[in-house]
Parts: sequence; C-alpha cells; structure tokens
Amino acid sequence: MLSTAPSMLSTAVNLAGSTPAQLLPARELMAFTLASHILLVPFGVALPFVTLIMHYRGLRRGDPVAMQLARRWSAVMAVQFAIGIVTGTVLSFEFGLLWPGMMGRWGDVFGLGFGVEAWAFFLEAIMIAIYLYGWRRLRPWTHFWLAVPLPLAALMGAFGIIAANSWMNTPQGFSLDAHGNPTDVDVRKAVFTPIFGPEYWHFVVAMFLTAGYVVAGVYAVGWLRGRRDRYHKLGFTVPFTVAAILTPIQFFLGDSAARSVFHKQPVKFAALEIVWKTDTHVPEYVFGRLHSDGTISGGIKIPQLDSILAGFRPDTKVTGLTSVPAANRPNAAQATLVHFCFDAMATIGSVLILLALWYAWIWWRHRDLKANRWFFRCAAVAGVACLFTVECGWIATEVGRQPWIVYNHMRVSEAVTHTRAGGIWTMLGVVIALYIAVFGSFLAIVLKMRTRWRVADEAAAGAAAVLDPEADTPYGPRHEVDTAAAGAPSGGGRGAGPSEGRPGGDH
Amino acid sequence: MADVIAWVLVVVVAAYACGGGTDYGAGFWDLLAGGAERGKRVRWLIDHAMAPVWEVNNVWLIFVLVLMWTGFPVMFQAVFTALWLPLVLAAVGTVLRGAGFALRKPSRRLARRRVYGAVFAVASLITPYFLGSVLGGVASGRVAVGTPATAHVWANPTSILAGLLAIAATAFLGAVFLVADARRFGADDLVDYFRLRALLAFGAVVVLALIALPVTHHDASYVWHGMTRGLGLLMMILSACFGLVTVALLVLRAHRWSRHTSVATVALAILAWGFAQRPYLLPTTLTVADGAGAAHTLAWLGIVTLIAVVLVGPGLVLVYWLDTQSELEPLTDADTRAAGLPGDNV
Repeated sequence: MLSTAPSMLSTAVNLAGSTPAQLLPARELMAFTLASHILLVPFGVALPFVTLIMHYRGLRRGDPVAMQLARRWSAVMAVQFAIGIVTGTVLSFEFGLLWPGMMGRWGDVFGLGFGVEAWAFFLEAIMIAIYLYGWRRLRPWTHFWLAVPLPLAALMGAFGIIAANSWMNTPQGFSLDAHGNPTDVDVRKAVFTPIFGPEYWHFVVAMFLTAGYVVAGVYAVGWLRGRRDRYHKLGFTVPFTVAAILTPIQFFLGDSAARSVFHKQPVKFAALEIVWKTDTHVPEYVFGRLHSDGTISGGIKIPQLDSILAGFRPDTKVTGLTSVPAANRPNAAQATLVHFCFDAMATIGSVLILLALWYAWIWWRHRDLKANRWFFRCAAVAGVACLFTVECGWIATEVGRQPWIVYNHMRVSEAVTHTRAGGIWTMLGVVIALYIAVFGSFLAIVLKMRTRWRVADEAAAGAAAVLDPEADTPYGPRHEVDTAAAGAPSGGGRGAGPSEGRPGGDH
Repeated sequence: MADVIAWVLVVVVAAYACGGGTDYGAGFWDLLAGGAERGKRVRWLIDHAMAPVWEVNNVWLIFVLVLMWTGFPVMFQAVFTALWLPLVLAAVGTVLRGAGFALRKPSRRLARRRVYGAVFAVASLITPYFLGSVLGGVASGRVAVGTPATAHVWANPTSILAGLLAIAATAFLGAVFLVADARRFGADDLVDYFRLRALLAFGAVVVLALIALPVTHHDASYVWHGMTRGLGLLMMILSACFGLVTVALLVLRAHRWSRHTSVATVALAILAWGFAQRPYLLPTTLTVADGAGAAHTLAWLGIVTLIAVVLVGPGLVLVYWLDTQSELEPLTDADTRAAGLPGDNV
C-alpha cells in the first residue's frame, strides 16, 4: 500500500525542522471552526434525549404542558441541527484542506471511526427528520417510538469522533515500515486506544450535562422574571434533574480521565498541571502561570497534592515537561493555557456538584422548588458555565497534545497543507464573518421564537382570565395563531417565559 | 477489497449526485423563481418539498469524504491539495446553503427571508459547480500525487464543463422532483411550471454533453475513451435512454415514474464515469490498488458499510416513503403556539 508515500515522507521530513508560515492560520482556522461547532454538539447529542423524556411524560400522563415543551424544543432542534450539520461538514472538508499530510499518511489507520460516525450521523439525520416532521400526522406513540433510537445514534456518532480523537492522542494499532509509514494496521486496536474509554464517557456525559443545564437555565431565567407557572417549573425540572444526576458522575469520570492522561500521555499531564521537572511530592498549582524558564508565578500552591491526585500517594513520581526536548512538548504559553483550562474545568465541575447538592437538598426539604432566588440565579448561569467548560476541556485536550497532531508520531507542522499562508488567512477571515452571521442569525431566530411563544402564552393566559383576547393583546396583526392560542386548553399555563433559548440565549 | 470500496465510493458519489443534486436543483429554481410576489408559490413548494429530507440528502457528502480518506488516503491528500480553492468554495457554499435554508424557514420578516433565500439560492448554484469542477479536474487527469494547487487544475475545459453539467443535471433532477411534489401538494399550476423547466434543463444537459464530447476528447482523453467504449459506453447509453424516457414521461404527463428515471439518468452517468476511470483513482497516475489504504482497514470499512446498509437502508426507505405519503409536515405556529409579532410579513 501507499506506494507513493516515500516521496511524501521526504517532504514531511523537510518540513519537520521548520515552522511553515501557513501553520498558524491553519491552526487558527481549525480552532475557530471547531470551537464554534462544539457549542452546538451538546444539543445535537443530548437535546433529543431531553426532549424525548419530556415527550414521554406528556404522552404517558396526558400532560399538555409537557407536550407543548417537547414540541417547542423540537422546533428549536430543527434549526440547531441544521446549523450543526453545516458547521460539521466544514470540519470534514478541513481535514483535507488544512491537514492533508495527516489524512494521507494516517487516514487508513484511524479513519474508520469517522466511517462509523458518518453512518450513525446518517441514521440520526433520518430519525430527526421523521421526528421533527412527524408531529402532525403520525400517531402519537408511533411518533415517539420512531425517535427513541435517536439518542443511541447520537452516542454512536460521538463514538466515532472520540475514537478518532483519542487515536490522535494515544495512537496505536499499526507498526512502522523502514520508511516510517504505517503498516500492519489493526483496526480494533486503532479504534479502542488506551485513552478512548475515559475520553468517551467524559465527553458524552459532558454533552448531556451541558444540554441539561443550558435548557434548564432558560427556564430559570423565566422563573427569575416572575413567570412561575407549571410550564416553567416543568421546563426547568426535567432537564435540570438529568444534569444534576450526571454532575457527580462526571466528577469521577473527569478525575479518572485525568489519571489516564497521567499514565498514557505524561507530558500532556505535565502541561495540564504545569509540572516542570519530573519529581515526587509535586505540589498542585491552582491556576498560575508557567514561564519558559520553568518558574511559576501566581496561582495557589498546595504542597504534595499533585502527586496525591495522580497516584494517591505523595511519593508518586510525576513526569515533568522537561523530560522531553523542548521541540517535543507544549511551550510555556501553551502549557499555561492548557493548565488554565484544566483548572477552570475542574473548578466549574466542583461548583456544579454543590449546585446539584443544593437542588437535592431543596427537594428533600421542601418537595418543591421554593422561590429561592439565589438558587435560580446559579442555575441560570450553570448552562453558560458548562458551555465554557466544554471549550476548556477541548482546549486542554488539543493544545495539550501540541506540537503533535498524532502523538509522538507526526507534528502538526508536518501535516499542514502547502497552501500559501495568505490564502488560509483569507479563508479564516471569510469563515469568521460567515460564522458570525450564521450564529448571529441563529441566535436571533431562536430568541424570536421565544418571544412569539411568550406572547402567545401571555395572550392565552389573559384570555383565560378575561375571556376576551382582544383586551389583553395589544399586538400587531391578528393571526389565526392568536385565536388558536386563546382557544387552547388552559393547561398551557400562564405566561411562558424566555423559553427554548439556545447557547447563551438568555443570560 | 480495494475495488469493492472504490465501487462503494462511486455509488455514494452517485447517491450524493442524486440526493444532493435534487436539493441543489430546488435551490436553482428558487433562484430563478422571480420576485417575492411572483415566486411566492414556487418558493413555498420548494420549502415544503425539501425541508424534511434535505439534511439526509446532504449527509452523503460526508460519506464521500470519509470513504476517501479512510479507503484511499493518498488520493484524498492529492485531491485536497491540488484542488484547494474549489473545495474551499464548495465548503463555504455548503455552509451558506444549509444556513440560508434552515434560517429562512423560521423567519417571518420578508426582508430577512429575502436575504436568507438569496444566500441559499446562490450557494445552490456555486456548490455543485465547484464540486463538478473538482470531479472534472480529477477526470481530466490533472491531479496527481504531489500536484500543487494551481488554477489550471480546476479552470480548464473539462472542469468548467463538468461544473456546468453538474448545475444542469441538478436543475433537471430538481425540476422533475418538484413536478411530483407539486402534484402531491395539489399545486396543479406548478406541475406545468416545473414540467417545462425539467424539459429545458434536460435540453441544457444534452447541449452541454454534446459540447463536452469533442472538447474532452483531448482534454480528458483517458476518461473520454473509457466512456466511449465497453461498459462505460453501455452505462452512458443506458443513462441517455433513461433521460429520454424521463422526457417522454414528462411530455405525456405520466409523472408516476419520472423521478425514478431521472435518478437513473444521473446515477448511470456517474457509474459510467466510474467504469471509464478504471483502474485509476487519479487517471493516469494512481491506480485503485496503489492508492488503497491498509487491507485490514478496507475489510473493516466494508463491514461497517454493510452494517450501515442494513441499518440505514430501512430508515432511508421509511423517511422517503413517509415524505412521499405526505406524512411529514413541519410544525406550524399553531402547533407550538407561537404568536405573530409586529413587523411580520413586512
């Protein structure tokens, strides 16, 4: 295989020594498009699940409020899924446009995960189409059951992507021939790499957690604005409960993922914890900055703790960044960034546990959500904090792997395209402008949907109270919608709030 | 095994040409539908016909990419290096198209709908053009391993003709499908509207093909020879026959099978290209055997594909069936109980 590869390898070797000019824009472009896409991923993976729970509740108990929420969430899902598809397609293109060197040499070793992902994604697209467009005509339970495999397909899709990413972090399942090209590919080993399990579960749970907190946060804001009806209570409770249950689980998963990094990618772990020299009794720095001479400024130093966290004993030996030549490890600035992200993730994760406990306590003590404003304020912010944490976790994974694109086997600079830097900078500019427009419009539309729903619910509430919709809605052209709303069952509850926002929708 | 995966790739490209093509075609007619008032019903039909299945139609593209880089990594690298700019433009077009379409639907304000609609429609034109020109660049033999990104790889007679053919073929598919959709939604006036356009688009395909015949003789000689003899020729003849049958069905207003025959027309043309290019991935420098990835991976890729066919096949049949039975309808404002706001329809 790869009869032409030796020539490519020589190009790669020539490149290895220097940093090509197009490397920076290529990395920025990849980072920007991934950072944007990843904000939608929690909803792509987990919003169907949360919606189905609500849908089930609505069908099972004949609850019109739950059905209303499920319908509205799926209306948001329709737009969000479409934006997720296009931003995801861009990433597939970028593998070839930006990193042809990696795909050319390693595509057949680690690409199979993407194959799984592509088919899973296809299933997802099919089922989501049926679900989103099946509300009106399909029989209610048929409609529900046709969508039940949806979360499973989402999990399969995540499987493929994380298999590929974890392979980049802990590559295996091949041997190298005399030219340094991969041979003897063992697909099973290449898919199930050492870091795969910890990374996968940590990622998947993060997605469900984030989607839960963001959706709940939207209703928390409504609650804070005085909309304390059943609609808001239900819209808050269901997703928040899902997220709150997962929070402590995620804490352990994250901890075990960090320990896996310690064992499988010691230099990355050194960057996560800014450990300069290999040593025992290593202190833990909470935040802080690493300088290129190995000194650390700022941050809170806790003696021994890093060793204890890594191996449960103060005399655990922790590998330092200087264990490998400077060219083979993240530089000080990268390590500082990675460390900041890692600590931010751990801190927010810990605070979320407190929030989950608070929630449990409120339920245990009062059996109801009392009007505790501070709890709802925290809950409202939790979603945004989670999205921030997702970005942090991803930066920690990706920047911590630098300068490698395939850990210890290929540098990012060897994989990058030969296209001139100017061309990639231009593309970056175009893509940034494009994404700002697309995400801005997306947000505007979701907010507009929210307003429409709130206005309609307030009109319905007014109608129920006054029995005269005209008196209570001094709004523009009268639509059949308003009459429909006014005539809807009163189970719809009083004024709906800033429902169904998406990332940062309301906060 | 490499041959099997190469054929899977050709079939998936054909599926994308048909599924995605129908979609791009709808966008093409959206572009030509005229002003907001005149084009209102046309755009309404396009929206309703496309909405449930456009995502599914466009996922084929992701398969094409995955099969390329997993099955034939060297070819993937060569294509994405040499054809950098058209692929960038196709990627940007994909974003604009998807976003434009997805965002137009929930917008109420006319000015906004216009902007999103224009973005969607223009992108529906440029994306198939550049994807077609990429195919033309490969077929003309201008891409080899290590070919740098230069304009002549995609700005050459074969690429330009392939790009234009892609637009014409998608317009043809789109119009044929919209005829059926118009019947399904009971919009009888639009049946004839799109019937005429389907015939015109087919005419454009024929004209472009006739121009391409002499032009590509020297410009893309390997594939030209493959398409004018043996199985390649057989596929081309079959494709032409199905094209003519489609025209006959349209003329006779026998719309029941016209969609199937139009899909066969395009799919067979792609298969003809597959036959014509044998045994090369990149004519005439990289063969399927040389460009294939690791044998073990290809075997697994085959298994994954097989499982997927078993899983996705029924789903795909179900969604298309539900769609053609008009079981799939978007949620309306009444369903989610959304109110009108001041400024709507302005």
